[in-house]
Amino acid sequence: MLSHDFGAGFAEPVRDAQGVFRAVLDALANPGTAQKLANMSGGCAALTSELASTLLTLGDHDTAIWLSPALNSDAVQGFVGFHTGADVVNDPAKANFAFVALGDAMPELGRCNLGSQEYPDRSTTIVAEVPSLSGGAKLVLRGPGIRETQDISPVGLPRDFLAQWSENREIFPRGVDLLLVADGQVMGLPRSSRVEA
Amino acid sequence: MNAVANYNFAYLDEQTKRMIRRAILKAVAIPGYQVPFSSREMPMPYGWGTGGVQVTASIIGPDDVLKVIDQGADDTTNAVSIRAFFAKVAQVKTTTHTAEATIIQTRHRIPERKLEAGQILVYQVPIPEPLRFLEPRETETRKMHALEEYGLMHVKLYEDIARHGRIATTYAYPVKVEGRYVMDPSPTPKFDNPKMHRSEALQLFGAGREHRIYAVPPHTEVVSLDFEDHPFTVQHFAEPCALCGAEQVYLDEVILDDRGGHMYVCSDTDHCEERRDAGYVGVMGEAAE
Repeated sequence: MLSHDFGAGFAEPVRDAQGVFRAVLDALANPGTAQKLANMSGGCAALTSELASTLLTLGDHDTAIWLSPALNSDAVQGFVGFHTGADVVNDPAKANFAFVALGDAMPELGRCNLGSQEYPDRSTTIVAEVPSLSGGAKLVLRGPGIRETQDISPVGLPRDFLAQWSENREIFPRGVDLLLVADGQVMGLPRSSRVEA
Repeated sequence: MNAVANYNFAYLDEQTKRMIRRAILKAVAIPGYQVPFSSREMPMPYGWGTGGVQVTASIIGPDDVLKVIDQGADDTTNAVSIRAFFAKVAQVKTTTHTAEATIIQTRHRIPERKLEAGQILVYQVPIPEPLRFLEPRETETRKMHALEEYGLMHVKLYEDIARHGRIATTYAYPVKVEGRYVMDPSPTPKFDNPKMHRSEALQLFGAGREHRIYAVPPHTEVVSLDFEDHPFTVQHFAEPCALCGAEQVYLDEVILDDRGGHMYVCSDTDHCEERRDAGYVGVMGEAAE
């Protein structure tokens, strides 16, 4: 039977999308800083408020979305279809945005769309829910948007994250951009950031 | 009922804002790279800042305070009408004071006051492609950026030296961003180039007619191209501002009569007013009361 309960979008779509966008913009312009997401959507099933709000802000019928296994449910697909009209694709290499639920593995960065040397902007942005943006092993960021260095310690990154990210940085200007979300906050790791332990 | 109530907040529809927002995020992630976007018709002609207006409309929120400058001045036609536009369609607070603004839309100047973290500078850009006058084909310039093939730009600067004895480019002076992309800083005077280097503020560039958005995040390296034996230098002015006495600022020459009379005044009107309010007086200025 078809369910018609897709979960709620933004309470005030224009204002709320602008607020979430500015948080995401600040996050990517100041890599490694946690930015507050205000007035979030309630989300739907495994699609938490943080993931849902980012999706509603950036996704629409012009974007292809990849969903991690826990998100690949009828409820979430219904939410995506009803609120954004975005295409759900099975291959992260075809996605503009890849959404990763808490506990699911991030797609390997190299398996996403990395863009081309001529059009590096045609790459995948990963939006991943992690248990926490602090309290994990310390990583040091350098690059545009950072005065000298920026320390981060998110929990829940893949074991081989450093190796994956170093390859991602190596192919600049191609590469994947990463948004980590947790506890009503978003942290950005643009492809331009260098990450060391 | 107010007639503009029929427009969406900040004029653009939400679908357009999302498309522009996605382009802005890519631009920030790849500093200096020009992201193509689907530029819209705006209620002003191309060449009047439609790129900057679309960027501002996509980022602005009800709590923002907007300042708009045209060649440094808050009170020229372009600045006044864009400020009025956003006051009407987004009901935002506007200001002429650089320090109060959260978003500053600019046509061809960077304010003299040092910008702070959290401020966003939005440039109106006519021709975003620094290589365009050297190579008219988009397919070729795109390949040149892809291959980091910027030799032609140095040839152009060298030809300046061969012809004039110095690099004669005084505005839209090409810069290299974070050691990768050569970028047009929009036709700001080269005097402003050093202000872009490791700026605290986020800098966004919108070219409406040319359908391009690019960005320089805070603390990003922005280096003006030059040669070891012909290093980059900025303009110097022989006399200070005639109204406020400021030195080390960019000055406009104002013709006073038809017998060669002229004066130099600050191009940044807010900076000049603040200095005069603080008691500084130039040779032709009147003391503040």
